[in-house]
Amino acid sequence: MERTGALLGQFRDLDQQRETVALGMWVFLLTEIMFFGGMFLTYTIYRMKFPHAFAEGSRELDVVKGGWNTAVLIASSFTMALAVRAAQMRKRKLLCILLASTMILGGVFLGVKYFEYAQKFEHHLVPGPNFHLNVPDAAQVQIFFSLYFAMTGMHALHMIIGEGMLLALLIYSWKGKYTGGYFAPIENGGLYWHFVDIVWIFLFPLLYLVDLHR
Amino acid sequence: MSESKEQHVIPFRTYALIFAALLALTFVTYHVALVDLGPWNIVVAIVIACTKAVLVVLFFMHAAYAPRRTRLVILAGIFWMLLLLGLTLTDYLTRPPATDSISFNNAPVAAYVR
Repeated sequence: MERTGALLGQFRDLDQQRETVALGMWVFLLTEIMFFGGMFLTYTIYRMKFPHAFAEGSRELDVVKGGWNTAVLIASSFTMALAVRAAQMRKRKLLCILLASTMILGGVFLGVKYFEYAQKFEHHLVPGPNFHLNVPDAAQVQIFFSLYFAMTGMHALHMIIGEGMLLALLIYSWKGKYTGGYFAPIENGGLYWHFVDIVWIFLFPLLYLVDLHR
Repeated sequence: MSESKEQHVIPFRTYALIFAALLALTFVTYHVALVDLGPWNIVVAIVIACTKAVLVVLFFMHAAYAPRRTRLVILAGIFWMLLLLGLTLTDYLTRPPATDSISFNNAPVAAYVR
């Protein structure tokens, strides 16, 4: 079925169709909130039990890389929001440029993350038999790093999926599929990308900024 | 009529302001973390993170312009998340250390983690 600008049979009008599509995306994002919520809960419990070890682990992270990455991800959310706006205004070229910018910024984030992970391997900070840190409660610092890799790893996986999604959106946008009045996939792609940004907004202070003043 | 919502394009200025606010809050959260506020460090960090998240949800994710039923679904998600955190913590925060099922003393943890 040709969907460009088309109203599907089960909807009364385009407004209702758009609202329904966005609502469906939000319901999916709620399951994502609960998915990440379990890890945030685990983090909270262990941080309350081992505040000192979490501070020691946190100080091993590269706060400069983490901070710049936060800015890069926020910038990618900004370009994504503008991409939805470009689709609304039916500007095909602008939409493609903004989607590509979002992909590039997301790629920069993942690149920096790669170097951070590599550094952790070099410094023997990956939980397991090779973990080594010269502090008395090194075993508990391992719990911090387990959570660090689980949470940033799942976040990075969501980013990689998001990059694939953006590539598909970019190809269809280039063909002019979303600038004829129908742009629900762009809107929903935006919701997903912003959600992933929000997860990082919480991860940054919780992982990188624990007792930084000491 | 059916085109009304599509015409509701949020001005570039709004997006730019939110972007600037998010960057400013990131800057603030880093610099506040360098100051010793005792137990208030984590409170400030969470409050700033929540503020940033609310800005993203309201403006980048268009919740401020969404119909009421969409907003209700979003609030339900946040409520469920708070249930998950809150009800679990009523358990962990009220356990006397001695009856804790998993011993969190240094030695036993070190024994089974290593």
